[in-house]
Amino acid sequence: MAGLSINNVTKAFGDTKALDNVSIDVADGEFLAVLGPSGCGKTTLLRMIAGFETVTGGNIRIGDREVSTAEANTPPEKRRVGIVFQNYALWPHMSVSENIGYALKVARVPKAEREERVKNALALVNMEQYGDRRPANLSGGQRQRVALARCLVAEPRLVLFDEPLANLDVHLRASMEDEFADFHKRTGTTILYITHDQAEAMALADRIAVMDHGRLMQLATPRELYHEPANEMVASFISQGMVLPADVETEEADGQCRVRVLGQELVVRCRKGEKPRKDARICCRASQITSVGASQPGFEGTITRAVYRGGSARIEFEPASAPQLGLHFDQPDPVSFEAGQRARLAITSGWLIPADGAA
Amino acid sequence: MTAIRKERQGQEMALTAGIVALIVIFSLLPMARLLQEVILPGGQFSLDIIRNGLIDETTWRATWNTLVVGLGGTLFALVLGVAVAILVSLSDVRQRQAFVLCFVTPLMIAPQVTALAWLQLFGPSSPLLNMLGMAPPLGTRNPLYSPEGIVFLLGIQYAPLVFLIVRAGMRKLPRELVEAAQSSGAGWVRVLGTIILPLMTPSIVGAAALTFVSCVGNFGIPAFLGIPANYLVLPTLIYQRLAGGGPDVLSDVAFLSVLIGIIAMVGIVMQDRIASRRDFRITSTSLPAAPYQLGAWRLPVELGMWVLIAFILVLPLVGLILTSLVRGYGVTLSAETATLENYYFVIFQHAAASRAFLNSLYLSAGASIFAVFVAIPLGYVIAWGNKRWIKALNLAIELPYALPGVVLAIASLLLFLKPMPITGIQIYNTVWIILYAYLARFLILAVRPTITGYFQLDRALEEAAQVAGAGLFTRLRTIIFPLIAPAAIAGGLLIFMTALCELTVSALLWSSGSETIGVVIFSFEQGGDSKYAAAVSAIMVATTFLLMLLASLFANKLPDGVLPWRD
Ligand SMILES: Nc1ncnc2c1ncn2[C@@H]1O[C@H](COP(=O)(O)OP(=O)(O)OP(=O)(O)O)[C@@H](O)[C@H]1O
Ligand SMILES: [Mg+2]
Repeated sequence: MAGLSINNVTKAFGDTKALDNVSIDVADGEFLAVLGPSGCGKTTLLRMIAGFETVTGGNIRIGDREVSTAEANTPPEKRRVGIVFQNYALWPHMSVSENIGYALKVARVPKAEREERVKNALALVNMEQYGDRRPANLSGGQRQRVALARCLVAEPRLVLFDEPLANLDVHLRASMEDEFADFHKRTGTTILYITHDQAEAMALADRIAVMDHGRLMQLATPRELYHEPANEMVASFISQGMVLPADVETEEADGQCRVRVLGQELVVRCRKGEKPRKDARICCRASQITSVGASQPGFEGTITRAVYRGGSARIEFEPASAPQLGLHFDQPDPVSFEAGQRARLAITSGWLIPADGAA
Repeated sequence: MTAIRKERQGQEMALTAGIVALIVIFSLLPMARLLQEVILPGGQFSLDIIRNGLIDETTWRATWNTLVVGLGGTLFALVLGVAVAILVSLSDVRQRQAFVLCFVTPLMIAPQVTALAWLQLFGPSSPLLNMLGMAPPLGTRNPLYSPEGIVFLLGIQYAPLVFLIVRAGMRKLPRELVEAAQSSGAGWVRVLGTIILPLMTPSIVGAAALTFVSCVGNFGIPAFLGIPANYLVLPTLIYQRLAGGGPDVLSDVAFLSVLIGIIAMVGIVMQDRIASRRDFRITSTSLPAAPYQLGAWRLPVELGMWVLIAFILVLPLVGLILTSLVRGYGVTLSAETATLENYYFVIFQHAAASRAFLNSLYLSAGASIFAVFVAIPLGYVIAWGNKRWIKALNLAIELPYALPGVVLAIASLLLFLKPMPITGIQIYNTVWIILYAYLARFLILAVRPTITGYFQLDRALEEAAQVAGAGLFTRLRTIIFPLIAPAAIAGGLLIFMTALCELTVSALLWSSGSETIGVVIFSFEQGGDSKYAAAVSAIMVATTFLLMLLASLFANKLPDGVLPWRD
């Protein structure tokens, strides 16, 4: 096992920067998820850690060894990194056992020991009886398990997953998610897990790195990402947070400050040392918006859509003072709002997005 | 309503009937006639012909020789073709496109021209060696007049074929399969040996089978190199028998050509066996693997590759051109003695040669135009049709091309030796019998790219026309033809280039007045007039280059992979 440290890594393909000055430290034994929209550079990052792509700037260390710099690149076969690919990448001309035993064969492990370890790896993923099958005769989930066993058998220092569940159906996904979590608990392997599914990342990871356009946006625990997004991108990306313009009116005290949003005054959570400023942004969640009576603090606007979702409805709303800001919130049964109706809403709390946007 | 439906069905029936007739006439009929000659001569079952063939010692020797040069040539072509495919596909060598063009060009040049060019390179009268003062003394035997020479030239002729097939396979190799092995700790050599080459087994075995069939059926190279050394293979034995004995020996040579057919079939069947023994199906698609960094080796490897081109392409062509400029046997070539007389002679003065240019032009134009127009409806039925049995008949169209040309030539001879029934038309000893054989043999070269084209076309385009009320023939004419024509025409161009210098079939079917260019080159060489043969060949090579250029001009309108020399 080993930690991983990515320092100021940049990767350019011609003129386009697929990664821009990314730094991530993964502790030994940590499960870190990398999350981001399509094309943000997740796969590129993973391929650089594995050694398939060179870095344009910065460096990557695995354990105490520097493996990638702009000048030198340790070849993939010398890194002892395991990978599980989205499309499994099982070799069709080898049986399941041969696939799994390949790394051991390459390392010239004696036959008896090899068979023993292949058997253990198969047991680890609950595939004991499938050793002689061809990959083509396995289901998607079984293939993914074989791919996992194949990468584990060589006892890699670090395991990389590239959207391993993206090709599976919803039910299988849930059960494989459990298996991955279970496997991590048992073995304590350092894992870097790439996904664009937030729920998957939240469920599995100790910490999540959110990326966008090749930059690291925030690296934090799932809770922190949700409650204290470092910038607008993270705020709106995670669970469809709403980003609203606000003026900060008081200094931070006890992790809170007073702000004015859409004409309403309220207290939101914030970082230490926030000062009054104009043109700030707050992030609030659907659960932090309610409808209020005419005399209470709040703001007026129009309901634009009400979508019934079973048990509650998602209500979309345009504030009268800023119609371009679409707000949404849930109203539990009995649903009374309808499109076109006027309403008065209030924000109950929120998070003041820090001015510098830094993670 | 019913009337319209009837008309629709009528059109479909007409199309199907036309295609079945075509397959019967150009594939089943000649093959059946050949088999009949061997086992039912004169309508009665008899094994005499087979027995006579089997007790003949020459048959055995030629069969053995055929196998030797066939396997040798295949092995050499495999080693060269696979090695080059690996370098081009998996390493970071530069100028790939240009290299592939040069490496594949020998495939476009007729085998007998290749043979002639190489013969001019070595041997006592080689202008190049003479200019360098390195020629062996007069009377020394050309080292290429030997089985080794035949194997060598077959290897060079067909290495591009192997290359093209293996390269196409390597392009489909997803990078994850390679990377998973690298992450398992395997170095490049190991990945190549345990992952890449095993996964390429179907391509490599397929290429081997195709090359074997081509080597076994090749006439030009063993004719130029083997006949002088009295080293006969089955195609040259058939040629000699027929040239010596005329129609009387037809049953004899029919047996021999069936024998070649069987040898070729064994090759094809073995390929099928090996390829289906394991699972090599690659299901995922992805980018190709990152090229292997040759590092300090890059320049030496690139140099080596271009030296290879100089050796297999430039040098023999230089030899050919130099010979075509020589005044006479034994005259050393220099700036003063060089002459264009040979070109003048073959174009204007030699009656058979000038006739041959026209004959070959008409024949190949006829064959390619016919093929283009037939390939479009045929491809339609094969690619989009839902009639199972027609797909099976696709095999029947492959047969005349898959089997060596000698087989088809002999079958055509047998079929047309007597005047055709009812009409009484006699096409034996005319140019028409050659045309028939060309049509049968080369049709598949246009059908294949056309089918590729159909698969890349969205069927909804046709369905939209159908919804708009267009009948089958209207759709074929107004929608499908314009869309698919480029692919079919590219196939037609390949046919044109192949047929222009064709020798195997015409060597057996020609008669005075219906000479082809291939036959003329062969006759010049046999008569000792290498300089004339070289002049004709040089003209043909230049024509080939021009045609390749022409085809490349509209390459971006074509489906991928139709022009073999474009990487
Ligand atoms: N070999 C390459 N050459 C040029 N550009 C590339 C290459 N590989 C990736 N890119 C570009 O780099 C960017 C990041 O790609 P990457 O595959 O890392 O995205 P991703 O985050 O994995 O996306 P997805 O979620 O869709 O898999 C993209 O804009 C992509 O087009
Ligand atoms: Mg990706």
